Amino acid sequence: MKLAELAKILNAKIVNLPDPNAEAESGYCGDFLSFVMQRAPEKSAWFTVMTNVNVAAVASLTEVAVVVVCEGSKCDAALIDRVRTQNIALFETDSDIFGAVKAYVNGR
Amino acid sequence: MNCIHVEFEVPGNNFLSAGSASDSVKSTLKKLGVPSSAVRRVAIAMYEAEINMVIHAGGGRCYADIFDDHIKIVMKDEGNGIENLELAMQEGYSTASDDVRNLGFGAGMGLPNIKTYSDRLKIDTEVGKGTTLTIEVDFD
Repeated sequence: MKLAELAKILNAKIVNLPDPNAEAESGYCGDFLSFVMQRAPEKSAWFTVMTNVNVAAVASLTEVAVVVVCEGSKCDAALIDRVRTQNIALFETDSDIFGAVKAYVNGR
Repeated sequence: MNCIHVEFEVPGNNFLSAGSASDSVKSTLKKLGVPSSAVRRVAIAMYEAEINMVIHAGGGRCYADIFDDHIKIVMKDEGNGIENLELAMQEGYSTASDDVRNLGFGAGMGLPNIKTYSDRLKIDTEVGKGTTLTIEVDFD
């Protein structure tokens, strides 16, 4: 699914979207960063509630397609700066993680 | 055999810069055409080691030697050392504080992940003196 389309179906706030035509090919949910590093597939949509700057480091090294911050959580200023510097796509949505994943899966 | 040597300072208790060493090595490996699966293993092992240094050791120094077919990374700190290495290697065992857990760390997967993603791992640790990890990852 194209990231622009994912943002739309999640009614998400786009914090950063370097390439709207980039695709999320799968998904992963998790908040403990070691698990995310271990298991999040490349080019996946990573659904989380973590909002600190380390999210950018993990997104970068796992090469996920987009970070979806759920539950109405708001990203730290340092994270916003970092995703913009490193060209990482990141959305914020009020949806809970289950709802966000359901919308993504149903929309594929 | 060609070798590229790089070094990094890992500041302690600074999560803002944590990951910059692994990110830099990752970029270098990608430019050199190292297979992406190996690049990912290096990046994860190194990032976990960096985070351990930040959380537990007050920072340290990282030395990486990139050869044609593998990378050797030495992560050296002068922190408190690891009291019980056997326990520390167990998945799920963590001594991280609640504050650190709130940042998404402290799942007790740091050293186990480093072991999983490296081809060779040597840990020298002494309580009160510090810890040196030697991590090697093959590029095949």
